[in-house]
Amino acid sequence: MALFSKLFSKLRSGSISEQDWDEIERALIESDLGAAAAAEVVATAKRNRGSDSQAEVIAILTSWLSSTTRTLNLATDRTTTILVVGVNGTGKTTSVAKLANFLTKSGKTVSVAAADTFRAGAIDQLQTWGTRLGIPVIAGAAQADPASVAFDAISQAQKSGVEILIVDTAGRLHTKSGLMDELGKIRRVIEKSSPVDEVLLVVDATTGQNGIAQSKVFAESVNVTGLIVTKMDGSASGGIALAIERQTGLPIKFVGYGEGATDLRPFDAATYIEGLVS
Amino acid sequence: MFDSLSVKFSSAFSSLRKKGRLKAEDLNEICDEIRVALLDSDVSLDVAEEFISKIRTRSLEVLPDINKGINPSQQIFEIINEELIEILGGNARRIRFAKNPPTVILLTGLQGAGKTSLAGKLAKYLKDQGNTPILVASDLQRPNAVTQLQIVGESIGVPVFAPSPGNGVGDPIEVARAGVKFAKEKMHNMVIVDTAGRLGVDLELMKQAKSIRDAINPQEVLFVVDAMIGQDAVVTAKAFMEGVGFDAVVLTKLDGDARGGAALSIAKATGRPIMFAATGEKVEDFDLFYPDRMASRILGMGDVQTLAEQAKKAFDSETSSKLETKFASGEDFTLDDFLDQLQAMKKMGSMTKMLGMLPGMNSSAMKKQLENFDEGELVRTQAIVQSMTPAERNDPKILNGSRRARIALGSGRAVSEINSLVDRFSQAQKMMKQLRNSGGRGLPAGMGLPSGMALPGGMGQGMGFPSGKSSGNMPPKKKSKSGNPAKRAAEGA
Ligand SMILES: Nc1nc2c(ncn2[C@@H]2O[C@H](COP(=O)(O)OP(=O)(O)OP(=O)(O)O)[C@@H](O)[C@H]2O)c(=O)[nH]1
Ligand SMILES: [Mg+2]
Repeated sequence: MALFSKLFSKLRSGSISEQDWDEIERALIESDLGAAAAAEVVATAKRNRGSDSQAEVIAILTSWLSSTTRTLNLATDRTTTILVVGVNGTGKTTSVAKLANFLTKSGKTVSVAAADTFRAGAIDQLQTWGTRLGIPVIAGAAQADPASVAFDAISQAQKSGVEILIVDTAGRLHTKSGLMDELGKIRRVIEKSSPVDEVLLVVDATTGQNGIAQSKVFAESVNVTGLIVTKMDGSASGGIALAIERQTGLPIKFVGYGEGATDLRPFDAATYIEGLVS
Repeated sequence: MFDSLSVKFSSAFSSLRKKGRLKAEDLNEICDEIRVALLDSDVSLDVAEEFISKIRTRSLEVLPDINKGINPSQQIFEIINEELIEILGGNARRIRFAKNPPTVILLTGLQGAGKTSLAGKLAKYLKDQGNTPILVASDLQRPNAVTQLQIVGESIGVPVFAPSPGNGVGDPIEVARAGVKFAKEKMHNMVIVDTAGRLGVDLELMKQAKSIRDAINPQEVLFVVDAMIGQDAVVTAKAFMEGVGFDAVVLTKLDGDARGGAALSIAKATGRPIMFAATGEKVEDFDLFYPDRMASRILGMGDVQTLAEQAKKAFDSETSSKLETKFASGEDFTLDDFLDQLQAMKKMGSMTKMLGMLPGMNSSAMKKQLENFDEGELVRTQAIVQSMTPAERNDPKILNGSRRARIALGSGRAVSEINSLVDRFSQAQKMMKQLRNSGGRGLPAGMGLPSGMALPGGMGQGMGFPSGKSSGNMPPKKKSKSGNPAKRAAEGA
């Protein structure tokens, strides 16, 4: 933000130099927005000089945001199912816990399902969160078929009248087509009982340009409905998330900014965009 | 997405290649394009720019010499590849063993980088080499990180020292200290200490990591980093360097399709070698780090080094200069020249393997083409050309119906195959003429030299090369499993 305000005062006084423009472009590249996109922002803003350039740069970045709603799509007359997916280590399990906590606090009844039956200790990890937060965890055996765990979970959630079921899944690289198919199967199997209302892709803010490939493949395989961007408490500004929004139209719905259960908040566009150039 | 990067890179080179002789301005142009390609591979901005300026200087110095050679752009490319390998492979070394065992290895890194899985992989690797490692569970933060390590340890038959339950309970410094003591008593010759993930900006946790280090005095502190990390790589690596200090780097999740430009940034910014690479979720998915493979990967070029070497061997300079003279003098490219090329291609070894080394081969479209690629067609094409008379090879226009029927009989192929070869060949010939008339100097891509870089996309079609799409009776190629171009190339053998 410091950079922005410094530059924009210059912009207004008409004394902005090539070097200043360069600085904006560098900040955007270093936010992981992507080299081409950063150049595009600067070129457009330069063209529109004379008018309010600060508003211009912000407007360009904002126009790249998805226009899809950022609020969760929650059913009122049945159990809502939220599937949480992403590559390894991005923060899926933690986000499942945080989101469950967030929704519980807003007065919903929530259960979580441990459909990561693959990674060692993943079920225990979610169970520990459940105990901590007082949220029921529906789990199967380690190495069990994740789709059948998910199926049992939705049946159980429906039976007990839980309003929201959040399903944790194993991390997987988008390049492994077998594992991506497995995810599709999990989704289809749940849908035998009840619609899947949200598929949230968890993206680590430190991710570079590979995030684009990740989101495109996940979107294709399981029909992603939104993003959770995690680790925004670190030194990465998470520009990749905007790049993803722009390229896929998927809205960022939540932002994770810590390891604690309450370190999750709904996405706020203004704060995020400011962060990209600070 | 990923595919377009390779295309971008190869287009940078193909536009250069068309120029033949290079001028200083051409270099600036290519440097700009390389800058973008490096950034798209997640090399950090500062490192990319420093790298480019070095390439520019080096290329300018040797420009006169380069221009004497046959393919200037290829030589520039080799400079780039060399420089990359130098940075990536600088200070390369193996694990240092303690004079008095146990040798202690401490793992650090961001949350989610893959430390705990890596601890298991490293332990198995060391055990397979005849060591007696023990794992120490000092990640007491992430829920059930201790459980995870215990399960992993059990699966590979390596004991796990885990006196504290974790989940926020216990002192990681004490656990690490006690773990090393325990290892000494039980005569384990190696100790691998897993720690909680932490952010570079978290000063308190940085201090804690430093205290763990001071408590156990490890031979190696390994910084574990996700290959998918972006521009933050340098900031974070420096923070760990200052906060804890590390001796070497381990790259994880290299089985994906991230270019892993961060590897370059970290190696350059910290001067620490990259020692290992993790390439999958199974404990055996672990290998030493190969700088040359990484260089190709960052460039999206496949294993260009190997390709260039093989190409050099195959296309003896006589064939090349014969072609070049022909091209320059305006003579037609004939089926005889084409046969020369085919033979050279064959010398280069398995076609599929070759193609796997070419840039752009990472794209799924190219992968499909590769899988369908039919080595037998090269042989069949050669048979067809060899069944032609010298006059026919010189001037395929005289190939009327009866001649074609004769060739079909002689080569044992269908007339339609003869037709399609002749069509493709005349297209290639036409293209060469156009190029020459438009003032292009040197050989068009794919015609003369190894210059494989222009092949993807237009590969086959128009070049007279067997087309990947045509059906053959050869068994389908095995599907590649590796996300690593170099590995994939090797699989194709
Ligand atoms: N600083 C920070 N750390 C986070 C955040 N979200 C998750 N983490 C940490 O990142 C690490 C990995 O989180 P997990 O939730 O286990 O990630 P995952 O995606 O479920 O991992 P896999 O199931 O192994 O693929 C843990 O150490 C978490 O505490 C965040 O917003 N900020
Ligand atoms: Mg998980």
